[in-house]
Amino acid sequence: MTDPRAAVAAVVDPEIRVITIDELGILRAVDQDPATGRVVVTITPTYTGCPAMDVIRADIRRALTAAGHPDAEVRTVYRPAWSTDWISDRGREKLAAAGIAPPAPVRAGGVVPLTLAVRCPRCGSPETEQISRFGSTACKALWRCRSCSEPFDHLKAL
Amino acid sequence: MNDLFEFSLRLGDDALVAAQRLGEWATRAPEMEEDIALANIALDQLGAARLLLSYAGEVEGAGRDEDALAYLRDDREFRNCLLVELPNGDFAVTMAKLLFLSAYQRSHYDRLVASSDERIAAIAAKARKESAYHLDHSSLWVRRLGDGTEESHRRMQDAVDAVWPYAYELFATDGLIDRLVERGVAPAPATLRDEWLSIVTAVLDEATLTRPDLSWAPTGGRDGVHTEHLSYLLAEMQVLHRAHPGAKW
Repeated sequence: MTDPRAAVAAVVDPEIRVITIDELGILRAVDQDPATGRVVVTITPTYTGCPAMDVIRADIRRALTAAGHPDAEVRTVYRPAWSTDWISDRGREKLAAAGIAPPAPVRAGGVVPLTLAVRCPRCGSPETEQISRFGSTACKALWRCRSCSEPFDHLKAL
Repeated sequence: MNDLFEFSLRLGDDALVAAQRLGEWATRAPEMEEDIALANIALDQLGAARLLLSYAGEVEGAGRDEDALAYLRDDREFRNCLLVELPNGDFAVTMAKLLFLSAYQRSHYDRLVASSDERIAAIAAKARKESAYHLDHSSLWVRRLGDGTEESHRRMQDAVDAVWPYAYELFATDGLIDRLVERGVAPAPATLRDEWLSIVTAVLDEATLTRPDLSWAPTGGRDGVHTEHLSYLLAEMQVLHRAHPGAKW
């Protein structure tokens, strides 16, 4: 039997498969009842309408069962609301390595999105432009690098 | 009637009907990026609707879940504002509707974060971040079309004129709202209206558009008295669920 926290933390995001749910910051807590062995996992969605949530819940249960913890419950909380600031440094590195520009820090207290220079994850150039503020998933926008001409995804600061 | 149930329905139905309307643009938007944008905004609205209708069902305590509330109520039982059920019209009309709605939702959710009802506050904290993007997106298009060519300016102004009267209902008050303001659950609509006006007026000014005078002020959505457009929208949205009750993928 392995540590339930480690088992859950290793679950990858079904839409951005290079990053784990722990690195993405959507895994909020893993608690185990020492008496019954029951595991309660608390997660929060990136976006309210994120269609990956059902798959993530199923993946968490599957990972726990494989780790020897079949008695598990997955709870979803909405407060505090997820922020891209919760993505770990390791997570940001992994996103960049996969060609997804990581988000800039969210301005304190502000929810107005700003357009800071986003560096191209391929060539590092700051000469980039937004093609579409909405991308292939709810959390991403589509950008293009003017230096190397490659389009790339950018995780929107939220 | 449970006030909190009714209030959650109003918020949830606004989001649900807006999502369904925006979804109609899928494969029909003027460009690929816009197709994706509108579908994403619809998805955000649907996400908020699911949370709000689920909560409404719990508050009601009659065993209705989000699906029962979305698919098994008739038009007269819907509590959305008239603005969201209006047909999409041309792209300018859709953007005028989205600007008015997102400016309202953004300000409303902002205030609801401090609601005395914890669940409403939590949902609002989540949804307001998404509304900020919707507002940003619609503002950009209204400016671009208003301050664009002669034709785009004309059509954007027509759209703003056509949709403007429906914004009145967003800030109308009634006994329910008064009681919820008293309890600290909801913000006073009049204070919201000032904020909304300043946001929208700034966008219209920049877009070289004229702010219309209020000619008439249709209401009724909060009482279930809707335009005929809602019935058709619901027929399309609900037909599959009703034809195959309890069906699973």
